[in-house]
Amino acid sequence: MIAEAGHFALVLALCVAFAQGTLPLVGAHLRVTSWIAFSRPAAIAQFLLISLAFGALMHAYVTSDFSLLNVAENSHTAKPMLYKISGVWANHEGSMVLWVLTLSTFGAAVATFGTNLPPTLRARALAVQALISVGFIAFILFTSNPFVRLVPAPINGSGLNPLLQDPGLAFHPPFLYLGYVGLSMAFSFAMAALIEGRVDATWARWVRPWTLAAWIFLTAGITLGSWWAYYELGWGGWWYWDPVENASFMPWLVATALLHSSIVVEKRDTLKGWTIFLAIVAFAFSLLGTFLVRSGILTSVHTFASDPDRGVFILALLIIYIGGAFLLFAIRGPSLRGGGLFQPISREGGLVINNLMLTVAAAAILLGTLYPLILDFAGGGKISVGPPFFNAVFIPLMLPLIAVMAMGPLLPWKRGYMTGVTKRLQTAAAIAGAVLFSTWLLHDRGSALAGLGFALAAWLFGGTLTEVAERIYLFRAPVRESLRRLGGMPRSAWGMTLAHAGLAIVVAGITASSAWKVESVQSMRPGDTVTVAGYDFTFDGARRIPGPNYQAERGTFTVHRDGTFVVVIEPELRNFPVEQRQTTEAGIHSTFFGDIYAVIGMADPTGAFITRLYFNPLVAWMWGGVMIMVAGGLVSLTDRRHRVGAPSRNSGRVNAAASAKA
Amino acid sequence: MTRRVATLLFALSVMVLAPPPANAVRPDEILADPVLELRARDISRDLRCLVCQNQSIDDSDAALARDLRVIVRERLGAGDTDGAIIEFVVARYGDFILLDPPFKSTTLVLWLGPSALIGIGIIVLVVFFRRVRRDSLKSGITLAPLSAAERKRLNALLSEEAS
Amino acid sequence: MGRVSFILPLAGFALLAGIFFLYLNMIRTGERTINEIPSALINKPIPIFTLPPLPGQPDGGLASIDFAGKVAVVNVFASWCIPCRAEHPVIERLARMNVATVYGLNWKDNPSAALKWLAELGNPYAAIGSDASGRAGIEWGVYGVPETYVVGPDAVIRYRHVGPMTPDALDNKILPMIRNLKVDG
Repeated sequence: MIAEAGHFALVLALCVAFAQGTLPLVGAHLRVTSWIAFSRPAAIAQFLLISLAFGALMHAYVTSDFSLLNVAENSHTAKPMLYKISGVWANHEGSMVLWVLTLSTFGAAVATFGTNLPPTLRARALAVQALISVGFIAFILFTSNPFVRLVPAPINGSGLNPLLQDPGLAFHPPFLYLGYVGLSMAFSFAMAALIEGRVDATWARWVRPWTLAAWIFLTAGITLGSWWAYYELGWGGWWYWDPVENASFMPWLVATALLHSSIVVEKRDTLKGWTIFLAIVAFAFSLLGTFLVRSGILTSVHTFASDPDRGVFILALLIIYIGGAFLLFAIRGPSLRGGGLFQPISREGGLVINNLMLTVAAAAILLGTLYPLILDFAGGGKISVGPPFFNAVFIPLMLPLIAVMAMGPLLPWKRGYMTGVTKRLQTAAAIAGAVLFSTWLLHDRGSALAGLGFALAAWLFGGTLTEVAERIYLFRAPVRESLRRLGGMPRSAWGMTLAHAGLAIVVAGITASSAWKVESVQSMRPGDTVTVAGYDFTFDGARRIPGPNYQAERGTFTVHRDGTFVVVIEPELRNFPVEQRQTTEAGIHSTFFGDIYAVIGMADPTGAFITRLYFNPLVAWMWGGVMIMVAGGLVSLTDRRHRVGAPSRNSGRVNAAASAKA
Repeated sequence: MTRRVATLLFALSVMVLAPPPANAVRPDEILADPVLELRARDISRDLRCLVCQNQSIDDSDAALARDLRVIVRERLGAGDTDGAIIEFVVARYGDFILLDPPFKSTTLVLWLGPSALIGIGIIVLVVFFRRVRRDSLKSGITLAPLSAAERKRLNALLSEEAS
Repeated sequence: MGRVSFILPLAGFALLAGIFFLYLNMIRTGERTINEIPSALINKPIPIFTLPPLPGQPDGGLASIDFAGKVAVVNVFASWCIPCRAEHPVIERLARMNVATVYGLNWKDNPSAALKWLAELGNPYAAIGSDASGRAGIEWGVYGVPETYVVGPDAVIRYRHVGPMTPDALDNKILPMIRNLKVDG
């Protein structure tokens, strides 16, 4: 009954979305105020209806209603409640409902909080958003309906992949979806701007918070996935250049570029066509990811069950939305004339380089991800494009970007000069040089690249701090004055500082944990001690522990250092009888300098266990750095300018001065 | 504080000779000669596990991955070069088993693509800035950098404002 | 920027979408497969190998010399492999037709378990090579079970079928190929 209500709500949502997608567009064109105003309640209604549908599906999972085919295929009574809930989106059909829920959430948010937007722009953006909903709700109803009944209902379900029964992974999809589906809002705004025929500074100001919100979620979502892989998959790896991982990373790169280029549009009224293009491409990558995961065209650890018929439907949606967007761009794009001119050496120039490196990186990853497919299509046989290719291509692109990142914020708008910047960055350069020298001293192995990466991280961190120091006139004015300036720094400046500094920390963490990992594989008996990176791991034995839906072999390791007790860690090897799968739970102890990481394998007939013991340096820096980046994004999101919206006529000069300082 | 630093330095210095991490290698597979073992790991990381989703034979616990790891080590012990071992595996399983795609006529676009993209990007930038210069000359807006005298004056003004 | 650059994204996307569409169709019609790896040994001679027989079958055993002068089908199987069980009747049917010699390659299996399996289901093979270590299989490029190879009278591998043999695949691919090989060879 509830499921049927949910089903019906979805159908209603389709109708509302259809109306929302057409009436406001026509109304904006013909200036019919009521039709323009209709977009807001429609967006909210659509959101409520889809929430109802999602809630109905959630209810079915929570109550283990196996008369619903989707629940029977993906759930089981023995699953803990948290995973029954997260099971809603861990399959294709349920995750599509989450997809359209996210779509409508952003629409409703713009309808509710976008009060300062000009009505026609808002109406058109909401209309485009609704048109996207139409396509995907139709996709759900016609090819991937989660409300299909199963008669007779089985006593119990088929369970869930034990790898997915994990808190980290429970939240990874929602964050990701809020991220790359959230980019649809930037896309809709871009479409609205093209339809209106106008992109100006105020447009960029309105688009930013939505893009920033999506970026924050996407950053968090990708990192949650990596963090999960790190502690779950049993060997401390956290990125595999899997096609579907790439499908989430490419929109992130483009969204980052979009955030930066929209700054130029806002401040200098130039790079408009390029920014609109990026807004389209960011969402295009999101849709491409959806297509790759669900069409059966690629195999990956992430893909849902493959179905070429679904694939054709999504491809059709891709063609309509992205093809349509690029067509509109081809027609209306050339009329977007910019105003601001600038020298290559300027802040705009720095941002242009930022955009160049990020987009080329995204394009290179796209090339590597799609190449096996294209080659096979062309009859060239099957090849693999794996981590060696992506690392060889991505890392050289990122190094110059990080180098420039330290300099960009120090450059003035319109025209700058390098000597000024380099003089101010002397301290940062000195620190970076010292770091490079000391890592060269301490390490024989790990390529020069590792030392370079670490030094660049130090360079970026130093450069970011230098920018703040410049801003607050540190050492050039009395301390009180500097502190006052620090407090008065606009939030968007704080956001930039935190985000760039956070990235520097992440880069340091990535470099260290990749290049300087220590590992030891051996068979151990109770009482054996193995030393890894100065830590003594004593194996105390293993015992059987029953879990809610698994049997685990739990090993206990006591870790000492120089005779002092450090920690007891207990890795597990879990056996899931229903799914006939095994998972490893690593025993991890995080310290500031690195993670102590232990994995227990199976016992051999003599009672010795295969154990893998690791020391992973600076891993916590990766997660911590990302949290700082996310904090920076949140701080920037709460900047007053985003809430004030367009500057009013009489306070125009004041605002102009304020924004020039930012 | 000094102990922390000492810990860090110690940890960093211990990593000198340790081989890069191998993830599914069993203790009985590890070769006695560390140099050969290093080569084995490097080769294994470039070979795809054919029965897994997107893992190398170095990462995978599958039986086929283990067999291939053992073969790689056997051939290393027999004195084969890295290239010969890769050829051996490719002769039996095709190019698909290589995670590092080979550089041949069919993968030219793949390997040269990123460089071409950067090249195109730089050309676009050059053209763009040429046009900016032309437009600025036309409209009379000067974008020339400040002269030394102008810079000095600017700095003086800024530090005045600070004090 | 020039007008052309505004049309480029549309053109590029159209190309990509076209490739996706055609490729999806190829997958649907079977012209391309997603999960199968093509054999690297097609049109190459069989590897040189010698395999012992299963215990209790002294005249069994399989070696490369057994392939000269006849069309042979090599079926890679194991007792622990469920799809091998499913394809067994189809293999039996092929053996009964007597159009080619059907050999078995018992891959990474316990020999006594294999014997029990054959006793239970029937033994369609003219000879069986016991490859407990899987090394011979690696020489053939075997990456899973079941797989079936068609070898010409010149001992050159002509075809590999990955996965359980279906009646459809047998009738439409394997049998015509065997017929062609006998005509040419």
